[in-house]
Parts: sequence; C-alpha cells; structure tokens
Amino acid sequence: MNRAPLIFLGVFLALAFSWTGIVLVNQIAYGSLTPIYDENESKAFPEPMPGIVKRGELVYQDLGCVYCHTQQVRRPGYGSDIERGWGERGSVARDYIYENRVMLGTMRTGPDLRNIGARQSDETWHLLHLYDPQLTSRGSVMPPYRFLFEMRKIVGEPSPDAISIPTTYTDGVAVPAHSIPAEGYEVVPTARAKALVAYLIQRKDTYGFPEAFKLHHEKAEEEDAADSEEEGN
Amino acid sequence: MASAPSIAQSLDPATSATSVSRAELSEIDASTKAPALFFLISSVLWLLAGTVFALISSFKLHNPEFMGDWEWMTFGRARTAHLNTVIFGWSVNAAFAVAFWLMARLSRSVLRHPKLLFVAGAFWNIGVSIGVFGIMRGDSNSIEWLEMPAYATPLLFVAYALVGAWAIITFRFGKSQHIYVSQWYIMAALFWFPWLYSIAQMMLIFEPARGTVQALVNWWFAHNVLGLWFTPIGLGAVYYFLPKVLGKPIHSYYLSVLGFWSLAFFYNWAGVHHLIGGPVPAWVQTAGIAASFMMVVPVVVTAINHHMTMVGSFGALKYSPTLRFIVFGAVSYTLTSLQGSSMAIRSWAEVTHFTHYTVGHAHWGMYAFFTMVMFGSIYYILPRLLLKEWPSAALITAHFWATAIGILIYVAALSIGGVEQGLALNDVDNYPIFLDIVEMTKRYLVTRSLAGILITVGHIAFAVNFAWMLFKSRSTEASAPTLFRNPESMEIAR
Repeated sequence: MNRAPLIFLGVFLALAFSWTGIVLVNQIAYGSLTPIYDENESKAFPEPMPGIVKRGELVYQDLGCVYCHTQQVRRPGYGSDIERGWGERGSVARDYIYENRVMLGTMRTGPDLRNIGARQSDETWHLLHLYDPQLTSRGSVMPPYRFLFEMRKIVGEPSPDAISIPTTYTDGVAVPAHSIPAEGYEVVPTARAKALVAYLIQRKDTYGFPEAFKLHHEKAEEEDAADSEEEGN
Repeated sequence: MASAPSIAQSLDPATSATSVSRAELSEIDASTKAPALFFLISSVLWLLAGTVFALISSFKLHNPEFMGDWEWMTFGRARTAHLNTVIFGWSVNAAFAVAFWLMARLSRSVLRHPKLLFVAGAFWNIGVSIGVFGIMRGDSNSIEWLEMPAYATPLLFVAYALVGAWAIITFRFGKSQHIYVSQWYIMAALFWFPWLYSIAQMMLIFEPARGTVQALVNWWFAHNVLGLWFTPIGLGAVYYFLPKVLGKPIHSYYLSVLGFWSLAFFYNWAGVHHLIGGPVPAWVQTAGIAASFMMVVPVVVTAINHHMTMVGSFGALKYSPTLRFIVFGAVSYTLTSLQGSSMAIRSWAEVTHFTHYTVGHAHWGMYAFFTMVMFGSIYYILPRLLLKEWPSAALITAHFWATAIGILIYVAALSIGGVEQGLALNDVDNYPIFLDIVEMTKRYLVTRSLAGILITVGHIAFAVNFAWMLFKSRSTEASAPTLFRNPESMEIAR
C-alpha cells in the first residue's frame, strides 16, 4: 500500500515522457511553420485554400473519405508512391499548414489523393465518379454518392450545371434505370458535391519546397553510395 | 466510519477461514452488483449494435451498392459508427465493469457510493449515443479514434472522471496490504486514459494543432488507447482470472512487475509507426520504430508468465468457459503484439502499411485479445453478481467456437489479402492499374464478411444466454456451466 505513490510517479513519468517527445517537442519545433514566399512567382506557397475548397474539406471529412484514401506521398525509399504517379515528390509537413484537418489516412483501399487534382482536373469526371464510381472506374469498391446530387424536373431551361449520365458502363453493361434521369428530368450536383470536387481538384503539391528537395537528394545519395558499393564488389 | 458488522464478522468464530473469506468476497460482489450489471447490460447492447455496423460496412466493401443511397450509412460513416460503438460502447463499458469489480475484490473493499457509478454509466452511454448519432449525421471529426463530435465528448469525460475517482476511493479504503499486479494495471489504465483523451481532444478539436502535428497527436492518442487503456485492463483481467480459475499462483511475480514497467515505458512511443514514411520528422519515426521493437520485452515477459502458469493445466480448458476465453485472449495478445513489433520493421512496413493487413492486426488485438478476455471475465463475474448459473452450456460453447473460428478466418483473410495488396501496390511494373489491385482484394473482403457472419452468430448466442440469465429464476442449478464442475476444487480464496 505504501508503495502506491511510487507506482503513481512511475506511471506519470512513463506517459509524460512520450507526451513530451512526440507531442510537445514537435509542436514547438514545427507547430507554426509558415508559407515560403517565392520571388520568381511572386506568391507564397502553399497557397491558401479558397472558401469553396474549405467547404469541400468539410464534406470530405463528414463523409469519412479518409478511411479509404490517404493524402500523403511517401518519400522515396518507402514504397513506390512516386513511381505510381501519385506525386512528383514526397509530402512534407509544410504542405499541410492551411488544412483544418490533416487527413493523412492510414488505408489505401482507394488510391492516394494528395495530388488527385494534378492527375485529374476535369470537374465533370469527378462529378460522374462521385455520382456512380462505376461510370468512370468500373469494378471500383467505392460507394456511390448519389445523395450529393438532385434528380430535378426540368422547368423551363435545363440547368447549366446538370451532368449527363451515360446509359452504359465502360464494359457495355447497362446503368441501372434508377440512376438515369427520366425524360424531362436532370441530374444536378448540390453545393456539397461542387465543393467536394473543388477540394479534390485543388489537391496538388507541385511546388518544390527546399525540404522536399532535401528528401530526394538524400535518397539519391544513398542510391549512389549503394551503387558504388556494388561496383566495388 | 461505524457500520453494521459484515457477514464475515457475524459468522461463528469457529467457521473455517475459507468460509469467512468466501462470505467476504460474496459481500464485496454484492456491493458491486447494481452498477456492474448496468455497465454489462449496456456493453452487450452496444456489442450487438457494433456488430450490425460491422456487417454493413464489411458488405459495403465488396458490394458498394448495398444501402448505397442512404447517406447515414455510407461506408465512411458506417465504418466509423462501428469503431465507436465497439470501442466506446462495448469495450469501455465492459472494461469499466470488469475493472471496478476486480478492484473491489482485490482491495477487499465493499463498493462505496455505487450510485456515483450509475451517474457515470448514464453519462457515458448517453455520450456514446450522441457521439455515434453525430457521426452518422455527418459531424464526424474524421480523426481516427476521435471521431465523436465535440458536443459528445464532455459527457464522456465527466463519466470517466467519476469512474476514476471511484476506483481511487475503493483502493484507498481497501483492506488488502499487498498490491496485486492486476491492480497496478487497472490503476495505471484509469490514470492514463483521461490524460490521453483530454490532451488529444484539446489539441485536435478545441484548439487544433496545425499541420502534421495533428497526425502525431492523433497517433499518440489512438495507439496509446490500445496500449495504455485496453491492454492493461485486458492484462489485468488475465492476471486475475488465470490463476484464480486454475487455483494456482501466477508463475512469477517478478516477471509481472517487469512486464508492467516495460509496457509503461515502451508502448507509448510506438504509435508513431503509423506514420512511417509520412510527412513527420524522421527522428520521431525512428523512435517509434525502436519503441515498437522494445515492445518485444513486455510481450515476451508477459507471455512467459501467462503460459507458464497455464502449463500442466490445459485439461481445465474443457471445464471452464472463462479459462477458454481468457487463454484464447492471452495467446492472441502474445501473437498480435509480436506481429505489431514486426510491422515496424521498415521493409515489412513498406508492404503492410496502408493495406488490409493493418485492419487484420487491429482486430486481432482488439477482438481476439481484448474482447475475448472480456467475454471470459463476464462468464465469471455475472454468476457471482446474480448468484445463479448460466442457463445454457451449449450456447457458451457455440459462442466460443463461432467467435474463435470467425476471428481466425478474419485475421487470416485480411493478412494474406493485405500482403498481396501491399506487394502489388509497390510493384508498379506488374500492377500499373490500381483497379486491378482492388479486384484482387475482393475475394478476401468477401471472406471477411463470411467470417463476420460467423462472429455475429457467436454474439447472438452470447446475448441470448445473457438475457436468459438475467430473467431466469434462480432455482435451476442443474447444468452449472460456468465451471462445468465442482467450484470448490478449482477456486482458491485469495
């Protein structure tokens, strides 16, 4: 019984140790990273997120996209994210400073989305993909997000926002009737769908921060060292 | 405090020591009855809810059109609802019940102010309900393990503070001179969790940290919930029930102390291994990897202790359902922890990271270890609270085999599928098209759903037995399946 204070002290120190090391030290070290101003382009990077992109981030968050998609390109030497074309460089901490919620993710049921805007910038493609992923990616296990769209009766002029839904998938199988608007109806994306697409299209880290460059440089040096070792043998 | 003499004190002085000790224990058990029952009933209800969410999310992964038009049940929300119901609903409720029941018994102290625990229980369950509802309507934070919206969490925190305060009171007024290893674990867990939870909440939700510091806080919390809350409660239960049911002391007191301290000091750095290769400082990742390796120490030490205690007594598995579940859990703890350490090896992490392998690992730990240990504990505790036996031995057997086989298939499918997926993801030359990799994993996802159905069958058997037990009359004592044989020969009074 009288050893209880001693046990308590140990128990306290154990967690304090990791809290200091993982949380506190890093918060102090890089918790307030700032953008870098590039004189050649006369603007700062990363670029701030416009309002619609911020709203899209919230949609991404509330639908739980993070559970199937990561948003981090691993540095060279860790997997083959770059070879797969998921980014020109590994992600660095500075890429994330404007994000309310850093959704790095831990699962790749779907592809990495950190640079989806660079790979696919077509708004209509994204809208179709959200409406029914099978339309653009046959065989995908992504759920449809038809609830982000309205099936609306056309009154007067058709809406300029309406998207046209193909009647067959890419493999020739007919799209289910309930997905295709009936005569006199149209499929119109809601504000949430548009915001989400705006967010996705803005996902691209194309600016090369010095620290990102350093990561690649280190990797290249490692490879050189490995190569010369092999030659030596 | 002057109080009426306890039953033990009022016994004839000539009564044997064992009987006095038994009377004392049953008095302590009786004092925990009402709140423990409340937590256990809540936990079983949440287990069923969590199972439904689990099945729905699992089906959705290979059949995306299943409930495809219902926003509240879209995969990102159903999966999250599953995690939060099984973690905060089932696991924490069960952990609370087991932890304070054990604490009262080990401290040899009747439960004071049980009404306090009712308030805690009500707050906790209302908080979880609001939280899960919030997730389903779209207020999720999308931070793994911290999805519940900010309006639910203060309730949970108050509830937790009450349970923690209560545990200290029980310990403080305890009569036992010796601190048993289970008490170490439970006390530490009760202290660690609110710290983790409040810091993580503050830094992520109320005053968010910027940039990838968020990810560090996230994994510092999420992984430590497993290691510093569920693991100690689970191990505490194993350390109590294993020797208790077998009627012999734990193999080595020294090893249990070593196991405790090495867990305390190594586990809490290991969470960073979820960020290997990611945009966080390399030295933290390295520290996380090192800590994951060091975890081999507490795991092996604990394994030796558990399994050496078990050696020579495997025959008892036939008779005691508690022992069956506890031993299954203890073995799973050893294996899943070693697997966890191996996953920090860089070349292996490169393959398994971001794949279904991780999901398999998580279920091996949280289900095959923790949940199975909780099942075993409940099979022991409930008869002592209600003073009657489980109504059906057949249902217990069904529960055990369905869940045990189910989780083994589950883990095997996701482990194999995950490795295949990871190798393909890294092999751009042979698998340039992402959808081909998706197609490849589908068969494993279907297998996972089938395993899930089997596990569900086990849960239904358990819930039916549980409800039956609550409502049956006390007279039918014929089958006595909790121990399957005369308790006198197996139990020792501690």
